[in-house]
Amino acid sequence: MDNMFKPRIIAFCCNWCSYAGADLAGVSRFQYPPNARIIRVMCSGRVEPRFVFRAFEKGADGVIVTGCHIGDCHYISGNKKAEERMKLVRYLIGILGLEEDRFRLEWISASEGQKFAHVMTAFINKIKELGPNPMFGKIEEGTECQQ
Amino acid sequence: MSAIDDLIDDTGAYDCVECGKCTTVCPVAKLDSNFAPRLIVVKALEGVDGGLAQNKDIWRCTTCAICSNMCPYKVDYTEFIRGLRGEAIIDGFEPICSQGGFMHTIARILSNQLHQDRLNWVTDDLKVAKKGEVYYFSGCQAHLNKIFKEKNVKVIDIARNCIRILNKVGITPAMSNNEVCCGHDLNWIGDEATLKKLMEINIKAIKTAGAKKVLFSCPECMRTFDFDYQGFAGDLDFELVYITDFLMDLVDDGKLEFKDKGKEKVTYHDPCRLGRHLGIYDSPRELIEAAGFELIEMENICENATCCGVNAFVTCEALSKTMQINRLIEAKNTQADKLVTACPKCLIHFSCAVWKEIPVEKEKVDIPIIDLISVVTERI
Repeated sequence: MDNMFKPRIIAFCCNWCSYAGADLAGVSRFQYPPNARIIRVMCSGRVEPRFVFRAFEKGADGVIVTGCHIGDCHYISGNKKAEERMKLVRYLIGILGLEEDRFRLEWISASEGQKFAHVMTAFINKIKELGPNPMFGKIEEGTECQQ
Repeated sequence: MSAIDDLIDDTGAYDCVECGKCTTVCPVAKLDSNFAPRLIVVKALEGVDGGLAQNKDIWRCTTCAICSNMCPYKVDYTEFIRGLRGEAIIDGFEPICSQGGFMHTIARILSNQLHQDRLNWVTDDLKVAKKGEVYYFSGCQAHLNKIFKEKNVKVIDIARNCIRILNKVGITPAMSNNEVCCGHDLNWIGDEATLKKLMEINIKAIKTAGAKKVLFSCPECMRTFDFDYQGFAGDLDFELVYITDFLMDLVDDGKLEFKDKGKEKVTYHDPCRLGRHLGIYDSPRELIEAAGFELIEMENICENATCCGVNAFVTCEALSKTMQINRLIEAKNTQADKLVTACPKCLIHFSCAVWKEIPVEKEKVDIPIIDLISVVTERI
């Protein structure tokens, strides 16, 4: 069953660093699993918490947001904003009952093709461990959960 | 078209005599002459729906029910609008909600019965039980608290103070980690299917807790339970009580007493769900006065209270901001020290209006906005 599970990953990549990093991973032929659907955004600061939850609502098994390293943002401080915004995501994921590991925020520069491939592989392996999005997988009814 | 015909029958829209009273009181029509509740109804009656899915007007209505209240033939406009929204969704329209539909997404996620950690805000000084006759339904306050943190709104204080005040009179309310959003916001964007899912989860959670009485501190939750849940599931076998009603009964029995901390002047804003929808006007006012505050009324109160501008996080546009600012000016003009409201959503919307840039001079709207329960809890 585990071998059948192909996670659906949404990756938000910023135009200036991470998307170029993904490009570099491609042209350098670094291998990583093909499960991620990359959405290019101009800046990681563009990614609103609701984008992440919308992805989960629509069936994503994991969401990863990537941007330039802190201090290297093309828009000076967009990634700091992203970091601030993603705190809300981490909090809400916890109280809504999704696993916190289904979401990840990473800084990947345009020259780090290897890192991009590495991060994606690790993230996808983690999601494979966690299994499908609980909203779309089966949960036993009536199970009491601890406060 | 038969669904629309049914809707016309159900809401009594055939009775419309085109007197236009609804339009004269409508908060949206006051600011935008192109909008008219009457026009929406007349168009539906004539069968000119003009492409319901493209009709933006049905999403601009604030569903504050001031029109239904004013209508001499009691046409239920708000229900009518809700029905039309449902039909528009079936036609494939996707509403552009404020916050990008974030609240709606959260409600939909909740309908999947995940293992929540919803009661993590209940601190050690608050006593809650897993089972009990009195159940406190906290709704979405924990989520809203974090989402609107930057707008200086502490929504969770409402819930914490509710429990604090109940503990004070010796009641340990039951709460459930399995309860979910009431589905109010989804209901008002026409998503009845998810509302029903949420309803089943909530009713089950409350029954599991063995509750006979369910307390609400959010008028939207109470309205959804009272009208929508009972409409779908028949009469619920527990009593629905709004927190102010419950506390006033305790005050009348002499079980709840307030400390005198000086006469502070406050003014009260009637939330539409609590006032015109549920008809609770007196108990919040009595509670404010029982707590030793001097209540100064604004110009438009009770049935005529103006709206906070946004409903169910559907529309938030320039007009909503104007409505909010106008209401805040009205409150400021009473010379009261605080604007008190009983609805977490009104609290959010008013606080949002004065967050960052304000279109008028700051002195005109410079009044602290606070919720009713927090205000009276200061005095226990």
